[in-house]
Amino acid sequence: MIRALLLSAILLATSFATPALAVQPGEVLPDPALEARARDLSKDLRCLVCRNENIDDSNADLARDLRLLVRERLVAGDSDEAAMEYIVARYGEYVLLNPTSTGANLLLWYAGPLMLMLGGGIAFSYVRRRRAMVEAAPEGLSGDEEKRLAEIMRE
Amino acid sequence: MIVELGHFALILALFVATIQTIMPLVGAQKRWAGWMAVGEAAASAQFLLVAFSFAALTYAFVTSDFSVSLVVANSHTLKPMLYKISGVWGNHEGSLLLWVLMLALFGASVSWFGSNLPPSLRARVLSVQGSIGVAFMLFMLLTSNPFLRLEIPPFDGRDLNPLLQDPGLAFHPPFLYLGYVGLSVSFSFAVAALIEGRVDAAWGRWVRPWTLAAWVFLTIGIALGSWWAYYELGWGGFWFWDPVENASFMPWLIGAALLHSAIVVEKREALKAWTILLAILAFGFSLIGTFIVRSGVITSVHAFANDPERGVFILMILAFFMGGALLLFAARAGVMEAKGLFAPVSRESAIVANNLLLSVSCFVVFVGTIWPLVAELLWDRKLSVGEPFFNAAFTPFMVILALLLPLGALMPWKRAVIGRSFKLLIPALVLAVSLGLLGYAMQTGRTALGPIGLGLGSWVVFGAMTELWQRAGRGRIMVRLARVFRLPRADWGKATAHSGFGVTVFAVAAMMAWQVEDIRTINVGESFDLEGYSVKLASVEETTGPNYYTTMAAFEVTKNGRPIATVHPEKRIYPVAGMPTTEAGIDYGFTRDLYFVIGDLQDNGSWAVRSYFKPFANWIWAGAMLMALGGFISLADRRYRVAAGNRTPEIKPEIKAVPAE
Repeated sequence: MIRALLLSAILLATSFATPALAVQPGEVLPDPALEARARDLSKDLRCLVCRNENIDDSNADLARDLRLLVRERLVAGDSDEAAMEYIVARYGEYVLLNPTSTGANLLLWYAGPLMLMLGGGIAFSYVRRRRAMVEAAPEGLSGDEEKRLAEIMRE
Repeated sequence: MIVELGHFALILALFVATIQTIMPLVGAQKRWAGWMAVGEAAASAQFLLVAFSFAALTYAFVTSDFSVSLVVANSHTLKPMLYKISGVWGNHEGSLLLWVLMLALFGASVSWFGSNLPPSLRARVLSVQGSIGVAFMLFMLLTSNPFLRLEIPPFDGRDLNPLLQDPGLAFHPPFLYLGYVGLSVSFSFAVAALIEGRVDAAWGRWVRPWTLAAWVFLTIGIALGSWWAYYELGWGGFWFWDPVENASFMPWLIGAALLHSAIVVEKREALKAWTILLAILAFGFSLIGTFIVRSGVITSVHAFANDPERGVFILMILAFFMGGALLLFAARAGVMEAKGLFAPVSRESAIVANNLLLSVSCFVVFVGTIWPLVAELLWDRKLSVGEPFFNAAFTPFMVILALLLPLGALMPWKRAVIGRSFKLLIPALVLAVSLGLLGYAMQTGRTALGPIGLGLGSWVVFGAMTELWQRAGRGRIMVRLARVFRLPRADWGKATAHSGFGVTVFAVAAMMAWQVEDIRTINVGESFDLEGYSVKLASVEETTGPNYYTTMAAFEVTKNGRPIATVHPEKRIYPVAGMPTTEAGIDYGFTRDLYFVIGDLQDNGSWAVRSYFKPFANWIWAGAMLMALGGFISLADRRYRVAAGNRTPEIKPEIKAVPAE
């Protein structure tokens, strides 16, 4: 029974596409400098049909098309920026894993530093208020504390 | 029958949780001891009922009961037993039941181990904990019931997602949920304290172990998930800044901030309101994570059945608990009067800086995660926020954190002098800088990231060692050495966890800077060179596993003619689910991993092969494990053992070194 199931399973399986490897050996450009640039650009490009994978890591056909397109543009003599612009013009902003820092996206990029300044400001004023209280507080130990210290020293 | 009993038990648990929510709360308000005591019995009963319910579902999976629709959707008779069991939580409904089980377990633990809590505080904590249970059990029974039957049971199931058929699934989610749900206890303590209107050192001492335990579990869960992704997904990444990963990372960051600030409450009675806020937010981020994972509003690699209706329900839960808790906070935070005074340069201030950096870095992750949603809603822009953004925007905060950590950890409480603390660290600094320079000298023409990470990581590790050494006081070396080993476990825990952070910082930098990738086609029998290792593709065979069929390659790795290892990367097809997976072949090593993936057969009969040299890969998770270990050691510290177990009166005055009132 199990054997029959397995057999039919194998027969079925042969009809499925096998997983393609992410970057195919055949895609690699002969010029290592150009290839390195292509890989750098690929890291910032999203595989559109995948979930949050860049085109280098993805097995999807569309990712392969994009990898080839990037290389095509670089071989054609495009600069990195020109190649990216070309792809964004075709596939839209969604393709960029590294969001642009223009317009509303400035908020995204500066959210961290702004929050740090805001939080830092609040923390600083809080700590300064504490200092004011430290200075107001009597120096040295209170009577109770002295007594407790004496107890500890005896032990 | 057993499935129906499980279903009934869950419904009964909902009623018990409702009682647990109402009676102790009313009792605490009216000072009725009997009503307050109901909470403890209810918490235990709720746990037993949910545990029975979970066992019933497990039974359905183990016996492959295909009249239960959840089993049909996620199991198959041919599936190995381990995955039949882990399949219980490898899906939305079952994982929610696990969530609720852990919630009930933590609630019951508060009643079991909380015998030294003041009765009114314990009653209120149990009540808040019960209300979370009510919300999630309602959610399950109304939108995601795991016990639904099918009218006509099919012959066999549709199998579990093959990516999930891995030992990783058996351990990753339970630990993660222990962490998420553990933070609910801190939340309950925070809300109970707000209702009570009182936060003192004793409160800090009760909250901290719970937070620490939750954070330790979260650390282990995240590390397991990351390791699983590393060997399963086939491109050797360990962190993808995927929304679901971020969902677990945000509570981790806030949890880390919380367990530091709770120390200040415990030891110095300061930062009370802030600690309460962190406790609320930490669980809030757990809920946000649940929402992100299960609503499907943000696309991610994590495959859960998504349903907008469920999303709305979770959003309501989130709104209720966060809205309620934050309102309560706004009304009551002013009551929390701080007692401990401290100077701008002190351990307290250092922990404020730690909290600031951790919270802001969490905020960055949060903004990056929801930004695609915001941009689409507000400006109709469809955009992505991926790894490059997070690497650029998040990393600086961790660098600053690592830079400040040794200095802050060494400063005395109340008032410190930077120069004096810094002087102690000069040997650590010299060592770290020279290691960084050594790294720079040894690498040729690579990014400076590696040496910087090496220097930074060792600065943190040596800093932690310096601190232990300083704690041993003055005297001859042998005397000090003996004293180091007699230091309280809290000190050792701190040093271990901080070292773990340093190790992870170094390993992440090393992996990103020094990894070597090789892509090629080769024939069976041919060899190639990978960073000094000679790799031979010995064979490629087609075979079958229990419920899949596989193309398995054998790579023989040698160095200078000496055999090192033979690894077997695979390419599997799971016919029932109709899904291919890759299984990387990895030779694990202390200083490097060799990582192989087998690809397609080419037209000329050769095979596509991707291989990586991954320096210090294991150190990433070793660092995480050190952090978790540090947490455990710290949990075993005397003050918690004493506070948790024996209530022998003669120890009492000692543990109350900080006056509670």
